[in-house]
Amino acid sequence: MTLSPLKMKRTHSVKNVIEGAIKACLIASSAIAVLVTVGIIFSLIIQSVRFFSEVSFFDFLFGIEWKPQSVTEIGGGKVSGVFGAVPLFVGTFLISFIALLVAGPFGIFSAIYLSEYAGDRKRALIKPALEILAGVPTVVYGFFAAIVIAPNIRGLGSALGFNVAAEAAISAGIVMGVMIIPLVSSIVDDVISAVPISLKEGAIGLGATRSETVRHVILPAALPGIAGGMLLAASRAVGETMIVVMAAGLAAQLSFNPLEAVTTVTVQIVLALTGDQEFDSAKTLVAFALGLTLFIVTLTFNLLGNWIVNRYKEAYD
Amino acid sequence: MTNKPHPLSMASLPGLDKRYRAEKRFKFAGVLAVFSSLAFLGFLIVAIALKSAGAFQTYEVEILVKKEKYLELRDQPFIFLQSTMRYNLSGVVNGQAMREAVNMVVDGAEIDLLDHIENLQQNTRADGLGSYSVWVTLSNRVVSALSKQDIGTNLTARQQAWVEGWVANNKVRQRFNVGFLTNGDSRDPERAGIGSALVGSAFMLLVCMVLSFGVGILAAIYLEEFAPKNKYTVFLEVNINNLATVPSIIFGLLGLSVFLNLFGLPRSAAIVGGMVLALMTMPTIIIASRLALQSVPLSIREAAFSVGASPLQTVFHHVLPLALPGMLTGTILGMARAIGETAPLLMIGMLAFIVEAPDNIFDPASVLPVQIFLWAESPERGFEEKTAAAIIVLLAFLLVMNLTAIILRKKLEKKW
Repeated sequence: MTLSPLKMKRTHSVKNVIEGAIKACLIASSAIAVLVTVGIIFSLIIQSVRFFSEVSFFDFLFGIEWKPQSVTEIGGGKVSGVFGAVPLFVGTFLISFIALLVAGPFGIFSAIYLSEYAGDRKRALIKPALEILAGVPTVVYGFFAAIVIAPNIRGLGSALGFNVAAEAAISAGIVMGVMIIPLVSSIVDDVISAVPISLKEGAIGLGATRSETVRHVILPAALPGIAGGMLLAASRAVGETMIVVMAAGLAAQLSFNPLEAVTTVTVQIVLALTGDQEFDSAKTLVAFALGLTLFIVTLTFNLLGNWIVNRYKEAYD
Repeated sequence: MTNKPHPLSMASLPGLDKRYRAEKRFKFAGVLAVFSSLAFLGFLIVAIALKSAGAFQTYEVEILVKKEKYLELRDQPFIFLQSTMRYNLSGVVNGQAMREAVNMVVDGAEIDLLDHIENLQQNTRADGLGSYSVWVTLSNRVVSALSKQDIGTNLTARQQAWVEGWVANNKVRQRFNVGFLTNGDSRDPERAGIGSALVGSAFMLLVCMVLSFGVGILAAIYLEEFAPKNKYTVFLEVNINNLATVPSIIFGLLGLSVFLNLFGLPRSAAIVGGMVLALMTMPTIIIASRLALQSVPLSIREAAFSVGASPLQTVFHHVLPLALPGMLTGTILGMARAIGETAPLLMIGMLAFIVEAPDNIFDPASVLPVQIFLWAESPERGFEEKTAAAIIVLLAFLLVMNLTAIILRKKLEKKW
């Protein structure tokens, strides 16, 4: 005897079962994001622990000698003196710093122009055009930096009497800077438009010109937000891989000179994992230790940057 | 001072003209920043396009092959080539001249000759001598001499004379290099093409799209329509936003240690690449899809509820169809990012030298951006224009994808 639909209990209806299953699917899908994060953290940590069982943690973090090619197996003992990552950190810092020196002024001035001077129609044209810069694949930038920018900078340098290395930090840095101009520009644009209009109106009302309003009122008010934005841009620069793999140096060199070839954390990760080595040796495991460092640094920059930007926006709400 | 300003006008304020000049300078700095950024983009595209020009065309020369020589020597390809070159070029008297003669055509031209003749047995010349006429690709050296119009640079005197003779007799023709779009990778720049890389990219993109679109919109629906506002969902959101900013190379490390070492999936296969890229693009798609869902007005949901639809029916029958164009746009943009991504693919071993196009998603594959990277790193000069040409193809794909997204948004998206 079949039950009349009206007498069915809700819990027994097929519809409820199916809806429950679909909902479980939805929850599972969003849980994948967490799973990925957990996967990243665990895989990095597990392999890093294996690496640090062979190499001392302090040697890695504070050593200034990076020569992974010259690792020799000393039966069971710890390897020392070849995995000092300081030159990589310095190289990464140097190239990212150059990139921010390029992206900062260009990005900030573009944002000021777009938000304060360009009309709606110009803005609707220029903003997507700038975004193209962020959409160009990094392997293209890398090729461009290595084939076009680097030789030109080298030629310019020798004309001025400087000795520029073939894979100078400056060429990778400049191209990377251009790549993150749209990022800086859109964050600064956001930040500037969060400044209350009353501040702007006050300045204009007192007879300030537009540029005076921007320089004396808007920029000081937006400064914390801009600083947060630069932190986000820095995180992007630090994690960038292809441009530096193709246009920066491969050998580690502890130098702050932008005209010399330096190497970066990401370059060494690629180098460690693209050879034919055994997967279990310290030479390849070091990639995960470097990856973990990179992950921690970019995560810190991002969290901090977002926190500053959001706090700043809330302050004016 | 003929036009002295009125004492009460603004222009009479002390230092005002100076301030106006500062204003102009400031605005100019803004214009300059925008203009130079765009100029850099233009410079990049033009410079690469100029470098790529040579790769899209190929030069061929008409070679005559005697039928009896073909029948006699077809089992000894290289000797066959030598005899053919001797027949076609005058003055091949010693070993040195023979080497120069063979260097006029692309490496492996003997196989091309035999292939052509086998496929075109009937295509004999009508001169009664029974010889075949075959078009053979010229070697890189001859091509660069021809395209630069100065024959003297890389060729010996004898070779120059031959080239001039060919040109004078109209034996050289210029063609669109179909092989560049259909061939696989090769050690010879003349033969290298992006055909198999395109197939690999297509497979990888397919895997990436199925996974990231499926998971992405389901996650977005949950977060936007069903998730209660509590600390778990806040954590989930923070998590997704942070994943979107993790450097791509980290995803490569994840793929290496989980997909390859833990699950034992094949190295450099399209499926692994697609999975890694899917994880990478998923956060972007979730964020875009949530925005699309948010833009569907509440009244649609209320109307559905009021006629007795369950929450799931409301979402899947009414909200989702309206939000789908926005989600698709976000997905296409995510795919456009994924197609140019290189770094994570290097981590999962996708940089092997692979000639054949993959047959399925488990075959070792090469993809377009990695092919670009490999060619760019190659020391051989001939690959430079190939690299540039492959970049132009990649940029063309990106352009098409982005335009599709823009048109889709314009056509389908509703303004409420």
